[in-house]
Amino acid sequence: MKILVPLKRVPDPELKTKIKDGSIDLSGASWVVNPFDEYAVETALRLLENGESGARDGGEVVVVTIGPADAAQQLRSALAMGADRAIRVDGEDKALDSRTVVAVLQAVIAEEKPDLVVMGKQAVDGDANQVGQMLAAKLGWPQATFAASVELPADKATILVGREVDAGVEYKRIPLPGVVTVDLRIVSPKAVKNSVTPDSFAYGDGPRYASLKGIMAAKKKPLAEKKLSDYGATPAPVIVEKGVELPPPRKAGQKVDDIPTLVKKLVEEAKAV
Amino acid sequence: MGNVLAYCEFGGSTLKSSALSNLSFARAAAAAHGGEVIALLVGQGASAAGADAARYAAKVVVVDDAALEHYLAETHAPIVARLAGEHGASVVSATATTLGKDLMPRVAGLLDAGMASDVSKLAAGNQFVRPILAGNAYSTVEVSTDVICATPRQTEWPAAEPGHAGVVTTAPAGDVDALGAVVERIESSKSDRPELTDAKVVVAGGRGMKSGENFKVLEELADLLGAAMGASRAATDAGMVPADWQVGQTGKIVAPELYFAVAISGAIQHLAGMKGSKTIVAINKDPEAPIFQVADYGVVTTWEKAVPELIEEIKKVKAAR
Ligand SMILES: Cc1cc2nc3c(=O)[nH]c(=O)nc-3n(C[C@H](O)[C@H](O)[C@H](O)COP(=O)(O)OP(=O)(O)OC[C@H]3O[C@@H](n4cnc5c(N)ncnc54)[C@H](O)[C@@H]3O)c2cc1C
Repeated sequence: MKILVPLKRVPDPELKTKIKDGSIDLSGASWVVNPFDEYAVETALRLLENGESGARDGGEVVVVTIGPADAAQQLRSALAMGADRAIRVDGEDKALDSRTVVAVLQAVIAEEKPDLVVMGKQAVDGDANQVGQMLAAKLGWPQATFAASVELPADKATILVGREVDAGVEYKRIPLPGVVTVDLRIVSPKAVKNSVTPDSFAYGDGPRYASLKGIMAAKKKPLAEKKLSDYGATPAPVIVEKGVELPPPRKAGQKVDDIPTLVKKLVEEAKAV
Repeated sequence: MGNVLAYCEFGGSTLKSSALSNLSFARAAAAAHGGEVIALLVGQGASAAGADAARYAAKVVVVDDAALEHYLAETHAPIVARLAGEHGASVVSATATTLGKDLMPRVAGLLDAGMASDVSKLAAGNQFVRPILAGNAYSTVEVSTDVICATPRQTEWPAAEPGHAGVVTTAPAGDVDALGAVVERIESSKSDRPELTDAKVVVAGGRGMKSGENFKVLEELADLLGAAMGASRAATDAGMVPADWQVGQTGKIVAPELYFAVAISGAIQHLAGMKGSKTIVAINKDPEAPIFQVADYGVVTTWEKAVPELIEEIKKVKAAR
């Protein structure tokens, strides 16, 4: 089974947001793999391996990013986790919008013919949550977004996805090929089942860390360098940023000494109770 | 051209409150585009809510078909895309609920439309203001396709007021092809409390609550105030409380009149989901916890001590009224 995981680098979400000349100041940014995409890599690996023995019986995880030369680093991180092969399509973040990204991914998929696409539900910089669903529409494939659990039966013809929706969890089964976008809880210990890993086995919480061996191995794994034009795409964004502002700061709050004072203030000052 | 097709979620014979936010966005967009609002209801049983929708929009289109028993993006998106064309829509919108977020990008894919997610304001007909970076900044984006898809954020758009006697028409579902997708079951956490995204008061607990059992005291506080329950990711991930209680960048976005953050540190991803609340109260034993930077009122103490006392004090206030 071949799984394609599109991934994106994002500025480290823990760093303070700064604005310069009407856009986000990224001059001092340190870049990380978008957390949800990292979870997608973890999901793909768990789908293919026996979690208990660590062995993998065939299958391939291909990671792809569209980004500048530096973004190869984030692909190497995914390779170090255990992905097999990477593709970087050269593109500047500013010149890309969801439509361009979808067009490139569609062309990559036509070439790679994966059985499944697993990706993050959103990138935590733009927070748009569009690419997975748009891609599924373009491909005419079914989609299962916001996956908190996945279950791959032995015949690998379908996947059962536990989707976190407003009212609870919806269990949706889609035939493959299809697009799955993952939510946070997909990396909890028993969220991924694949008919190979014993049901009793529990992963550690969160995505795996790359081992030293994994990091060494990643250096030798294939990383193809491509151009947008290789996929017939041109950077002609239809979504253009016109400006960025910081949200108005909340007015400074106050510490109150005890609960009776709090309730008094909630009643008299805030009129909230 | 210039019309706004507003996909509205409904339950039984009424629109969901989330749909009313979409309708107020749709009115703003229709004014900017010189068109009218067309409310669209899709799903088995949609006809029952047509009359309610007609109170908010001059035109209502209902697609009611037994083949649409469960919502599926695969079946709804082609219907929305087709009707967008038939009704000359230049904007197609749905509230940014999990359903709207699942559906609308698929519609955009089918229409080859550019999309603006989580819209908080309309800056011009094709310019949208939206939060990025977990709400740490607001970006204004211009979308230059002929048809634009958008998901307005519920907390940023007030519920539309009724005031129309609209005309309800029906449209056929056409060929319903789920592409093999099926909903096998839905596990919902039923509760008598108000919906988290609609509640006037939210009581949320975090990792410092230590166990699901300990949330009982917060639930008592919530019920006293008619509040909904919320939680941080740490609390939901630990299995203390259901996942759909999670508030934050990747959980629900809430903006109640009053938000209690109890034993929640105030990570940016949590703040992203509740910063818009009118009054924020933080109870945390760590005076340095970042939650105090956004809280209107902070009390440095343990929940074990504070929450029972809070319940007693509020009971006293209520009794005195
Ligand atoms: C991609 C991504 C998305 C995320 N999305 C979300 C999201 O949507 N929502 C969300 O909430 N988080 C989200 N997070 C997680 C977030 O970063 C924090 O880890 C999480 O919010 C922490 O939860 P917490 O405040 O309950 O726990 P902690 O940070 O551990 O804080 C616990 C607090 O409890 C206090 N405390 C302990 N004992 C007591 C006591 N007895 N009385 C009073 N106070 C006490 C402590 O002082 C501390 O401040 C996300 C993270 C990532 C990476």
